Amino acid sequence: MKAAFRRPESLTDVQTHYCPGCVHGIVHRITAEVIDELDLQDRAVGVASVGCSVLAYDYFDVDFQQAAHGRAPAVATGIKRVRPDASVFTYQGDGDLASIGTAEIIHAAMRGEKITVIFINNAIYGMTGGQMAPTTLRGQKTTTSPYGRDTEHSGDPIRVCEMLATLPGAVYLERTSCHDARHIMQTKRAIKKAFEVQEKGQGFAMVEVVSNCPTNWGMTPRESLEWVEENMIPYYPLGEFRSPEEVE
Amino acid sequence: MDRQILIAGFGGQGVMLMGQMLAYSAMKKDYNVSWMPSYGPEQRGGTANCGVVISEQPVGSPVVNEPTECVAMNLPSLEKFADTVVPGGCLLINSSLADADVNRDDITILRIPASEEAEQLGEVRVANMIMLGALSEATSLLSVEYLKDMLSEVLPERRHGLIPLNEKALDRGRELAQKQLAVK
Amino acid sequence: MSKELVKGNEAVGEAAIRAGCRYFFGYPITPQNEIPEYISARMPEVDGVFLQAESEVAAINMVYGAGGAGGRIMTSSSSPGISLKQEGISYIAGAEVPCVIVNMIRGGPGLGTIQPAQSDYFQATKGGGHGDYRMIVLGPSNLQELVDLTYEAFDLADRYRNPVMVLGDGVMGQMMEPVVFPEMRDLDELPEKEWATTGRGQRDETNLINSLYLDPQDSYEHNMRLADKYARIKENETRFKTLHADDAEYMFVAYGTVARIVRKAIESLREEGHRVGLLRPITLWPFPDEAFEQLVEQVKGFLTVEMSTGQMFEDVRLALNGAVPAEFYGTTGGIMPDYRDVAEQMKKTMDKVGDAS
Ligand SMILES: Cc1ncc(C[n+]2csc(CCOP(=O)(O)OP(=O)(O)O)c2C)c(N)n1
Ligand code: SF4
Repeated sequence: MKAAFRRPESLTDVQTHYCPGCVHGIVHRITAEVIDELDLQDRAVGVASVGCSVLAYDYFDVDFQQAAHGRAPAVATGIKRVRPDASVFTYQGDGDLASIGTAEIIHAAMRGEKITVIFINNAIYGMTGGQMAPTTLRGQKTTTSPYGRDTEHSGDPIRVCEMLATLPGAVYLERTSCHDARHIMQTKRAIKKAFEVQEKGQGFAMVEVVSNCPTNWGMTPRESLEWVEENMIPYYPLGEFRSPEEVE
Repeated sequence: MDRQILIAGFGGQGVMLMGQMLAYSAMKKDYNVSWMPSYGPEQRGGTANCGVVISEQPVGSPVVNEPTECVAMNLPSLEKFADTVVPGGCLLINSSLADADVNRDDITILRIPASEEAEQLGEVRVANMIMLGALSEATSLLSVEYLKDMLSEVLPERRHGLIPLNEKALDRGRELAQKQLAVK
Repeated sequence: MSKELVKGNEAVGEAAIRAGCRYFFGYPITPQNEIPEYISARMPEVDGVFLQAESEVAAINMVYGAGGAGGRIMTSSSSPGISLKQEGISYIAGAEVPCVIVNMIRGGPGLGTIQPAQSDYFQATKGGGHGDYRMIVLGPSNLQELVDLTYEAFDLADRYRNPVMVLGDGVMGQMMEPVVFPEMRDLDELPEKEWATTGRGQRDETNLINSLYLDPQDSYEHNMRLADKYARIKENETRFKTLHADDAEYMFVAYGTVARIVRKAIESLREEGHRVGLLRPITLWPFPDEAFEQLVEQVKGFLTVEMSTGQMFEDVRLALNGAVPAEFYGTTGGIMPDYRDVAEQMKKTMDKVGDAS
């Protein structure tokens, strides 16, 4: 009999510090399942970014390095160049990847760096208490946009998949969501593919997961998932922006 | 006078506001005061606490490690801080949410069912004011009447409708503390 | 003027706005988030600009541009973010752009901890960025002083065309204490900045904000001119305070939050009859060396207390130059010293020095 809720081998039994209803926990779990299924636990090296997921190294039972804010793709590059056989992945939030770390992500993609990037887009800075992110939606109130994001002042939110899709080195780019079971399954398929692309040596692979932050959005978990569906996804359309088949 | 007060509970129990109210009221009596919150990501789902120092001397460290008075609004706070109260000090426990034994005979312990009492007043969120009323009674810190006067200055204008309720809560806290102190 | 109970970070924001600061560029980081948060709500009320940059690197370069264009500018951060600003600070010092930088220090190195520390003293006072520059570094020890020094920092920056850093720590940013705010500066009364890149207008010459001097002779002269300026700053702006300097046999040296803890230790030591005092540097650069010269005749030993493993201690030893014994006690990595431990350490110092003499 298969236990439905067995902990994946690649997750430790440490209890996570994520808020109730936060999508971070789900994405950790499915990432660990993928690592198990592809039998990568012994070759995986994770890079933890700075954000709520900074303690990812406590939760994944694989080797890890902790990077400075935004620099995870550069750190991953270093690891991959020394250990081409390792399966190297970063796990980054939107403040980390799309604000302070824009140079690193763009250049890792441009180089076609053979790494897997898991990008959690929750439209806010979670860890630091709810400040505006580059992905914060128009009019959205945060602690540093108390009157709502004004696009005259702060511009329109950045769409990372679309932007990276202009780079030939970025061979697999997909945006998914975790607001219901069906989309969680799709996210898992995408993450699996992103690791497989690396295994095949095809190039840079990134999955952007449209996520929630019930705590800093000031919502219940359920409300936050509805908000993802009603507000986030219309601006951040789901789907593949680059598929490896295209390059083969 | 040098009081080191620690107030701890879940986020959302009004722990921070209670400390600010105390600090502000004492400031208005020309005491030296400080208020210092615990801070960091653990605040999110978990416990929150703040330290208030009220003193005739300039305040040294605003961090309260060894409180003369400690208010524990929930069980984790009680477990964490019961042992830190200085001998001769006072421990106020919100017994609605924390009913563990405390192995100390060198401090005054008051068990106030603040959350239940607040519910009876019709608003569970005034549990903090019930505890503040009890604290004021148990220590000769600041009188309940004086704290009532401070409500209109501490609460933002849009909350002024809640002043009568908060006054009731302060009174109720005082009553409950009086009863227990009389038994002792 | 009535007392208000405010959080340190918000006090910094309000003091800056009252000093005439109308432009703020920053990036979130704990434990100073309430500075940008407060300012993001407050700036629109005074027609000022709050802009969240994409990184600290961008923020400090926005400061460079905005300061060079003549505004009163501030940025704030905490340790890891201040590290990223170092390149910009070096350019700002080289190009002599006035600005105010606030660092609410947290424990390092690396990502460290978000709890308070004083372990960025070296970085603040000894450069941090490259080149032969100095930054005025102010170390307030309570919130009133934090407000007053932040307010004044803008004038110092303009007067010397130099970056000024206000060096606080996590506790100072998070705590509340009563303060009285100074009045709002009249923007029309702020000094004219003829050197600013405003567009040439009616000027005969163009203005340039620059730190490049390719010709070594030019570079030498530029650096020597800066050195003269730093000497003037040291001459005019060095500040410190003493407590019980009249009769102290032993002296603490401490700044910032630690100085308030040391005061407690002094109270308890004096109750026991020990003649101890405090020398508290307020400007960390320029460091108050002369203060020590006046005290060495009378004081038998100095105990430096810091939230680090001994950074300001090096300056203390340089200032004393072996004249009297110098001891050190520190807590680091986010732990604050307890006044009783501090008092205990002073007794050890007294024993040690007493035995030796
Ligand atoms: C150089 C530097 N700047 C700022 C910070 C503070 N900081 C920590 S996490 C974070 C942003 C987190 O947001 P995000 O990447 O969106 O992740 P989330 O917490 O939402 O999962 C920031 C700004 C830091 N640690 N280092
Ligand atoms: S703060 Fe937001 S992103 Fe961080 S753990 Fe909580 S819900 Fe998740």
